[in-house]
Amino acid sequence: MTTARLTPTRFAAACRRLAIAEKGWLRAHKWWLLRRASQAGALLVFLVGPVLGLWVASGNFASSSILGVVPLSDPYILLQSVVAGHAPATTALTGALLIVVFYAIVGGRAYCGWICPVGVITDTAHWLREKLGITRDRKLDRRTRWWVLSGTLLASVATGSVAWEFVNPVSMVQRGLIFGVGFGWAIVAAVFLLDLVVTRRGWCSHLCPVGAFYGIVGTVSATRVAAARREDCTNCGACFSVCTEPQIITPALKGDGTRLIRSGACLNCGGCIDVCPVDVFEMTARGWAADPAGKDAAVRQDLEPPAPAREAA
Amino acid sequence: MTRKSTMNRREVLASVAKAGGVTCLAGLALTAYVESTSKAEATALRPPGALPEDDFLSACVRCGLCVQACPYDTLHLATLGDPAPLGTPFFLARDTPCAMCRDIPCTRACPTGALDAGLTDIREADMGVAVLVGHETCLNYKGMTCSICHRVCPIRDEAITLERQTIDGRSLVIPTVHSDRCTGCGTCEKHCVLGHAAIRVLPRDLGLGGKGRNQAGRPT
Repeated sequence: MTTARLTPTRFAAACRRLAIAEKGWLRAHKWWLLRRASQAGALLVFLVGPVLGLWVASGNFASSSILGVVPLSDPYILLQSVVAGHAPATTALTGALLIVVFYAIVGGRAYCGWICPVGVITDTAHWLREKLGITRDRKLDRRTRWWVLSGTLLASVATGSVAWEFVNPVSMVQRGLIFGVGFGWAIVAAVFLLDLVVTRRGWCSHLCPVGAFYGIVGTVSATRVAAARREDCTNCGACFSVCTEPQIITPALKGDGTRLIRSGACLNCGGCIDVCPVDVFEMTARGWAADPAGKDAAVRQDLEPPAPAREAA
Repeated sequence: MTRKSTMNRREVLASVAKAGGVTCLAGLALTAYVESTSKAEATALRPPGALPEDDFLSACVRCGLCVQACPYDTLHLATLGDPAPLGTPFFLARDTPCAMCRDIPCTRACPTGALDAGLTDIREADMGVAVLVGHETCLNYKGMTCSICHRVCPIRDEAITLERQTIDGRSLVIPTVHSDRCTGCGTCEKHCVLGHAAIRVLPRDLGLGGKGRNQAGRPT
């Protein structure tokens, strides 16, 4: 760290440099690389069909058919359809159920961190924001996304249509990449600019109802990040500076209850694992946690929360 | 994020009011926007088996499986600026009409029922109805026997027939659409030789008009 005034921008860069110095570039970017590969892979699977004629998956993220056999459907879009008054066919219901079960296992907002292409756009906006040293931050309430989610369902009831899909940037991006984008780029640009110059992590962490919906699925998800070796924490603040939802780290890292990050808002992105210079964090599962550091059994025990600690999350 | 009873009553009320307010604001704004854009224009035709437009918009998830199932690249998913609501499948008869596949792959691909899988005979499809709108431009009305619409119609001699009529003392052969047989596939509109088609597929209510409630046909 330098003696110059430590702006958030310089701080984030310094954290990254420290992690690279301690662990090497590859280990300091492991989860980031996996995530980008996953995001690219999800799109590629849908693109090789129309482009090369290899039909692994047809459709798009809203609903698809894998190898012409397995149906997948976005549960949030289907929910809007149901409240709009349509009783969906079995195919779509099966598809939505499969998706809910999948994200209940890997982590609800793993969709945001590992699949959704808007994540790449907003991450880029955030990266540029830090590079340019933009600190202006029109603070929004993080609960706004819940209210937007309720609003979209309300509008679906009122209009008898799948209302959010008339504007949803998340659908527009993935559909645009698979089927052609038209003027959809304008809304994508709006999201980018929102995150760049108006609100830090504005879209994904404050407004997007898709993320809010998957956050609900995430409250029961099996896969979790844990501050497994929180005794080693040096209070450098690196994890808080990279996390898109920093408020959810505190109970696990600084509390004396569970070490699991239990909030549904967690993307399971592994950003904290990458950036931590002393490897406090690890990807683990609820109810099952190996103790990789070989520490005493007490560590292992309190990975599973005692009942009273639940509310603390 | 539940905070353990650290809020007093005033804060709770303010918080509830805020949540309710933003929810209503988001809901109303979205409702207004959807209501203002939620109808497909008359030129945008839905795939065969599509539910009536209102029901269709509650059922379609904009996944594009029908689009990819179409062997003739007829269908498209609407982007901003297209004549159908964002993300929904449509086709423009003048560009690429429906080829009326016997196995109806688009309808079979639909996971939600927005395209009714109960449609098994493509000749029962109702994508719209052809209407000869250009009585001043249609070549047959000018005394020629173009009749291209009649010749290309896939439901030959049933959906469009040539009817001999005498107009202003001239004997003409007029292409005549039979709405009970026409599926609205758009092949006639595609092949009309004029710069702008004289025969067009329109949504059925727009193309045919309808009965009113009293004997004169007007609403009471």
